[in-house]
Amino acid sequence: MANLLEIRNLSIRFRTEHGNVDAVKNISLSLKEGASLAVVGESGSGKSVTALALTRLLPVPPAEFTSGDILFQDENVLAMKPDRLRAIRGGEIAYIFQEPSSSLNPVYSIRNQISEAIRLHRPDVKDVDAEIVRWLTTVGIVNPEKRMHDYPHQLSGGMQQRAMIAMALSCQPSLLVADEPTTALDVTIQAQILAELKRLRAEFNMALILITHNIAIIQGLCDRIAVMFRGEIVEYGDTTSVLKNPQHPYTKALIACIPRLGSREKRLKTIDYSWLEKTNT
Amino acid sequence: MNTPAQTPLGRILSRFRRDRFGMIALAGIVVLFVLALVFAILSFARVPFPMDPNATDLERKLLAPNPVNWLGTDNLGRDLFSRMLHGSYISLTVGFVAVAVSLLIGVIVGAVSGYYGRWVDNVIMRVVDAIMCFPTFFLILTAVALLGPSMLNIIVVIGLVSWTGTARLVRAEFLTLRETEYVRAARSLGQRTPAIIFRHILPNAFAPIFVTAVLGVPAAILTEAGLSFLGFGVQPPQATWGNIIADGKTYMLDAWWLIVFPGLAIFLAALAFYLTGDALRQAAETRAERK
Repeated sequence: MANLLEIRNLSIRFRTEHGNVDAVKNISLSLKEGASLAVVGESGSGKSVTALALTRLLPVPPAEFTSGDILFQDENVLAMKPDRLRAIRGGEIAYIFQEPSSSLNPVYSIRNQISEAIRLHRPDVKDVDAEIVRWLTTVGIVNPEKRMHDYPHQLSGGMQQRAMIAMALSCQPSLLVADEPTTALDVTIQAQILAELKRLRAEFNMALILITHNIAIIQGLCDRIAVMFRGEIVEYGDTTSVLKNPQHPYTKALIACIPRLGSREKRLKTIDYSWLEKTNT
Repeated sequence: MNTPAQTPLGRILSRFRRDRFGMIALAGIVVLFVLALVFAILSFARVPFPMDPNATDLERKLLAPNPVNWLGTDNLGRDLFSRMLHGSYISLTVGFVAVAVSLLIGVIVGAVSGYYGRWVDNVIMRVVDAIMCFPTFFLILTAVALLGPSMLNIIVVIGLVSWTGTARLVRAEFLTLRETEYVRAARSLGQRTPAIIFRHILPNAFAPIFVTAVLGVPAAILTEAGLSFLGFGVQPPQATWGNIIADGKTYMLDAWWLIVFPGLAIFLAALAFYLTGDALRQAAETRAERK
């Protein structure tokens, strides 16, 4: 099967007043249709920048693509015309962001916002309301006929994120990019949303890129994993084998940081960066 | 869900309704508006209400307020109340239309400046700074002197010089709002830039824009009154609050009503708009919400 997405030697630089920052350094990734990939790394490791780069959502300038290509369905994203790019955004590659409460526009009802997405990418849909109800039901919102008239502030965090997912899915994208979708939610809701993502991915045969700093949540959700550290992919492979047998010292350190129930250690492990820097070069 | 679904605008209005001063001021505006509207409709239908504001009657000149002429008459025997009604119609028209013109320019310029930022913002804001350097009132006076005094010219000129404040405000709102997650989400959905500006950002800046608009009306009314007083406004015999005072000041010691009533009208109208604007601003500040 052909690759849905292929990133080749991508480098992204930010020009700032305090000099240039290389946020992403020469990374390569590929994703098959319906496959799933976790991009793991700490804050500032370049994972969100990579995600936004997929549809050129980064503001240029200050961002700048210094090298590489992004191929989506064998089409170079970096060379796309604005119209084509807008069709891809949402229509083929949909995003879910970290803060559901601020990702929804406070002045519009859920119905209004989902219908905007549907009208943009599926203008042939006649009964938009029925479609909205269908997607809200799909993501597990109870009583969708009533709830769709709610404004974002009337929904709980978990429901807001479900509404965001419904909005993303309603355009029937072939790739869903979830940028830390559960970070702002509490742990029980986190588990629900992740389970929902897993189910929906299987149901719609949709590829998924899950961006997270929490290595503990990806098991069972993503087939492959890419570990990013300071703009580079330091480890890339099968989720199970990477988690069982990490090669790179940073991956080992990340896995060692996961708190374990019943562990007799007094303190949680932290990452020793000075040591990492020596081994990384 | 016990509470009914409330739109953000609905929340502002329900908080406004609890503000007693704001409601009294709003009632004043409504009364003024109704009077001007009734006058405009009736004079359009050529029905004098309560009498023709330009009909002279030299036998009844400079009369103090009496049962026939409720607010008295001027030196030509014209009914002051009718003339003031005509003035209210002029003042409100100038106030609202001039503000509409200045809003239209200010919102578009501010939105473009704040949304695009960088050099676009820099160029636009320097132009705004330059315009703000002119003493507004004298700029208007000069423009009206050149273009000729008419209601349309006054409206256009006031609108053209008073948009800078709105532009700055809208720009500031856009600078913060364009960084919000929902704007990024809208872009990630493939939304067009104009739709992001006008559909996603502008409604979120509605409250402060609405407040400045309400506060802009009395400023325009006062400017028009000042121009008319100096003789650069709407031309006699058409009555405005400003030129009634200008004509009446010669007789001010014998006929106090000729300057007191139009003066009061200007003062109360401006006060009503300012108080309403202030109450709206307080209602729009979510942090000021009290139980």
